[in-house]
Amino acid sequence: MAILEVRNIEKCFGNVQVLKNIDFSLEKGESIAIIGSSGSGKTTLLRCLNFLERPDKGRIVVNNEVIFDAADPNIQRESEIRKKRLHFGLIFQNFNLFPQYTVLKNVTLAAELLARERPDYKKNKKAILKEIQEKGEALLAQVGLSDKFDNYPHMISGGQQQRVAIARALALEPDILCFDEPTSALDPELTGEVLKVIMKLKERNTTMIVVTHEMDFARDVADRVIFMDDGVIVEQGTPQEVFDNPREERTRQFLSRYNKDYS
Amino acid sequence: MNQAYVIIQRLSDSFLLNCRLFALTLLFSLPLGLLIAFGSMSRFRLIRWPVRTFVWAIRGTPLMLQLIIIFFGPGLLNMKIGWPSGDSGRFVAATVAFVINYACYFSEIYRGGIESIPKGQYEAGQVLGMTKSQIFFKVILLQVIKRILPPVGNEVITLVKDTALARIIANKEIIMMAGEYSSKGLIWPLFATGIYFLIFVGILTVLLDWFEKKLGYFRT
Repeated sequence: MAILEVRNIEKCFGNVQVLKNIDFSLEKGESIAIIGSSGSGKTTLLRCLNFLERPDKGRIVVNNEVIFDAADPNIQRESEIRKKRLHFGLIFQNFNLFPQYTVLKNVTLAAELLARERPDYKKNKKAILKEIQEKGEALLAQVGLSDKFDNYPHMISGGQQQRVAIARALALEPDILCFDEPTSALDPELTGEVLKVIMKLKERNTTMIVVTHEMDFARDVADRVIFMDDGVIVEQGTPQEVFDNPREERTRQFLSRYNKDYS
Repeated sequence: MNQAYVIIQRLSDSFLLNCRLFALTLLFSLPLGLLIAFGSMSRFRLIRWPVRTFVWAIRGTPLMLQLIIIFFGPGLLNMKIGWPSGDSGRFVAATVAFVINYACYFSEIYRGGIESIPKGQYEAGQVLGMTKSQIFFKVILLQVIKRILPPVGNEVITLVKDTALARIIANKEIIMMAGEYSSKGLIWPLFATGIYFLIFVGILTVLLDWFEKKLGYFRT
């Protein structure tokens, strides 16, 4: 059963159509890598899934529930969307950690705020907060940062910051975890630690969509690769199909450019 | 000697008026400025343009003129309501003028501070399911405060000295008091007022530095 169905998404910025008829689905536990050159619409697609942009047309369905339909204005109300976006977690290129909070607080803050909306919050406040705290510590341990709980973001490296961002997204237990070029802002020697964490998530069958420029990583992490160009999905298939035997000319051109640049 | 003691006593008493005006202006203009900042950043033109025009008018005219207009305006326009009579009326009018004037300056500092926070901070809050007000109060505000502390500190120090302008509508503030002596040929009280201002600003500088250090634990 598909956990996510993206149906005929279109998005324009002014006169420029950045997404054209994007249609794909994702199975639970599956991971997809989206590749393509800059400006091909990959990031916009992720931002649409996370409601940072509103598609002009199309539907998004999660677990058979329509969470967005451009044709239905009721579904687009801010209060509705706030809950629905929690189906997704997003890891940004620039981490976007909250600088005034410790690493641990970065991970627990959103969960603490959401817990206030629970009917039993007043009664069980202490227990709830303790649980969130322990979960945050466990998640930070999972990304290898047990010794950094009390550090502030500016005290740790970019790679560590991105790992905190991953723990922060995991804290809300999203159904689908989205990565927007998670290593593009990092020095080359720091990308490995972040990619390793994502690989570990993959081993735990986390459902993921990864927008990336790291072709080797895409090949390793993805069950399926989507190649986008000029706002459309040009080709999709297993990493072997897309990387070794691309069917489309545009895919071949893109990959050969990459191979030239990096060989 | 006895006379000097009396003069210092009277200078100190009149400086209390400067201090009260200073404190009340900050108390009301700091939050009012935030409200005006939101107005000038509003998505709605019907709010944004009137607010921006108002800020332009207030920042574009001398505070001295605003004091005069606010104090004498109601009477000149034959308005039914006016300021209370006597010293209290003059003081209230001065406070109102100062609050409006400083709120406009603060609003522009706030606006600059708020707009300088990277969009990613809002987006990170959004994707974590925070409400708009949670994002503002839990994520954005402290970063804004850290960034605007130096320019706000500047305004606060300017305000200390601007309180002397209240004399234009006959508030008996310290320089007006000293002026009464200098017009009688005794000049040192006028110089002495400078010491009051220096000490006051010195204390403020220490406080502002302390606050800046307090917020130094993180970087934006």
